[in-house]
Amino acid sequence: MQRNIILAGVGGQGILSIAAVIGFAAIHRNLYLKQAEVHGMSQRGGAVQSTLRLSDKEILSDLIPKGKADLIISVEPMEGLRYLPWLKKEGWLITNSKPYVNIPDYPEMDALNEAIRSVPNHIIIDASGLASKIKSTRSSNMVVLGAAIPFLPFDWDDYVYGINQMFGKKGVDVVEKNLEALKTGEEFSENTRK
Amino acid sequence: MEKKLLLGDEAIAQGALDAGLSGCYAYPGTPSTEIMEYVQKNPLAKEKNIHRTWSTNEKTAMEAALGMSYAGKRAMVCMKHVGLNVAADAFINSAITGVNGGLVVVAADDPSMHSSQNEQDSRFYGKFAMVPVFEPSNQQEAYDMMHQAFNLSEKYLVPVLIRITTRLSHSRSGIETREQREENKLKMPGDPRQFILLPSIARNKYKGLISNQEHFESEAEDSDFNHYFKGTNKKLGIIACGIAYNYFREAFADIHIEHPVLKISQYPLPVDRIRSIADECEEIIVLEEGYPFVEEMLTGILKTQYKIHGRLDGTLPRDGELNADLVGKAFGFPIPETWNVPSVVTGRPPALCPGCGHTDIFIALNEALDEYGKGRVFSDIGCYTLGALDPLNAIDSCVDMGASVTMAMGAADAGLVPAVAFIGDSTFTHSGMTGLLDAVVRNSPVTLIISDNSTTAMTGGQHSAGTGHIDKICLGLGVDPDHLHVVIPLKKHHEENVRILKTELEFKGLSVIIARRECVQTYARRKRLEASAKVKK
Repeated sequence: MQRNIILAGVGGQGILSIAAVIGFAAIHRNLYLKQAEVHGMSQRGGAVQSTLRLSDKEILSDLIPKGKADLIISVEPMEGLRYLPWLKKEGWLITNSKPYVNIPDYPEMDALNEAIRSVPNHIIIDASGLASKIKSTRSSNMVVLGAAIPFLPFDWDDYVYGINQMFGKKGVDVVEKNLEALKTGEEFSENTRK
Repeated sequence: MEKKLLLGDEAIAQGALDAGLSGCYAYPGTPSTEIMEYVQKNPLAKEKNIHRTWSTNEKTAMEAALGMSYAGKRAMVCMKHVGLNVAADAFINSAITGVNGGLVVVAADDPSMHSSQNEQDSRFYGKFAMVPVFEPSNQQEAYDMMHQAFNLSEKYLVPVLIRITTRLSHSRSGIETREQREENKLKMPGDPRQFILLPSIARNKYKGLISNQEHFESEAEDSDFNHYFKGTNKKLGIIACGIAYNYFREAFADIHIEHPVLKISQYPLPVDRIRSIADECEEIIVLEEGYPFVEEMLTGILKTQYKIHGRLDGTLPRDGELNADLVGKAFGFPIPETWNVPSVVTGRPPALCPGCGHTDIFIALNEALDEYGKGRVFSDIGCYTLGALDPLNAIDSCVDMGASVTMAMGAADAGLVPAVAFIGDSTFTHSGMTGLLDAVVRNSPVTLIISDNSTTAMTGGQHSAGTGHIDKICLGLGVDPDHLHVVIPLKKHHEENVRILKTELEFKGLSVIIARRECVQTYARRKRLEASAKVKK
């Protein structure tokens, strides 16, 4: 078993919180894990990514070779597309629909949606909308991660462990809200693919 | 054995702590920053009161670490690759003095310049200083090497260099840790003249360093980190250094490796091992991250019949970071069919944060300079380097820490008046103060803007040495109080700030304008912490 995952977003959008939850879940599952992050200048509102590799065997490269990613999880519609050369032909692109516009030449949404739909295995999720529906606007990243649950090698227990590790210090309410966000994303994902 | 999920940087910090570290010295710099941050957050480091506050620059860090070593304790000094340029005087000379307590220098290189102005390869510094160098291929090795490096340092009384690169620094992996070694006790150097580099003493010390070279080499020959793997296909032998070994294994993940392989993670080069793989193979390919350091040593200047492949003959790209795809390509492996980036995707370069004080003072400066035309603003290393990009286009240079002040002065010497220097508070105390003293001494017609956000922002908001007293530092250096202004870079002060800038640009002597407003990131973090402290109460 091996899963290669690319997380995509803009510096400051908090993709590392998604990476951390997956990381803790992998520890709970006793899997090997390598997770590469971007620090430094790009964190200032530039395109950022984090790669995650999970396996039941030792993992070598920290980076994912081209065409070997099973999954791109993007918290922003344009950013996921940037890493398509790393996605397997049969891989899944899971992306939030809400754009993060901090550049003057941000593309038209129709063109972006068309590009996303050109990948047969895609899920577009209105994570921000779903997060505000459950009255937890700050958990939209967890809604996006929830949409990826069907493609990840974890049980619910593993997520509970991961969320507790991440948010336990902030109290039971925050943990519950984030778990609800995960569930919301997962349900959307299951219904979309029916 | 305990298993921890750690960044490469954190593995180095944990390794040093477990090896009996007494002091960590550093100035923040991507990709090395997280080493010190890990030590700072470590509860045991706090309990033992291990030194862990930021230094003003890499040179002061290196020297303080050498001082701790003089007193018999184990010290580590960490920096990004270009930081080693700043610390080079102390570093090279520490190889001549030698050490007392173990001294390990960590240099984090940034191939492909993700967050740097060059991609220099620190292994050259190791060779230049004639000290042993370790280059881990993964996070576990990085951890394990810290124990070895300190032991080797104390065995030969020599500083040891650890060279890592961005990808290892900022990638997390499971690490098996060992039991913690006790710290060294305070102990004077055995030779009371060891650290006095008077020529007569230095000449002897240097001879000692030279005679130790064969020992360093035999340590590398016998090192567990250097490994030879037998192979049956002797048409090509593979020499893979540091993290390149990892990429090589990844490229061959589904393919049986039939070539002999020599993995190198400890220098000086194990010459016998290299000769033996070269003797048994017809050709050699060298895989290494950074410059063609090993490849160049193998090829030399005189052409021989022996074929060596690598970055110099175009088998691998001459510059930039390696990865498994590039290594695979060097062996002729096809890249799997995949997707292209859709043409609709546009670039998203980094930018100053919304509400940043740098932006406000840049806008004021652009307006004040309008009448003089473009090309007069010498800037520096920090977030404000992003002022070079659209829509601000506010700066004309960025070279090295502190160069804004001195380059502006040189340009003014040439007749470019007014010349403007633009620097941040942390970079100013790192390397701008001495340049300012030069400008004071000759009353150079330079307008120096210190954009003071009271932190080291680019690397994530570490403590900045001059916070709260940048103005006093300037006055202390002799800046005329009539030409020293502290302004607040906010829109509501824009007109006033433009007026002050214009007046000082007209002045034919040195003036300093400190634009002081807290970094929006550290401000937000502080407010969050205050809010959560309130909730707890």
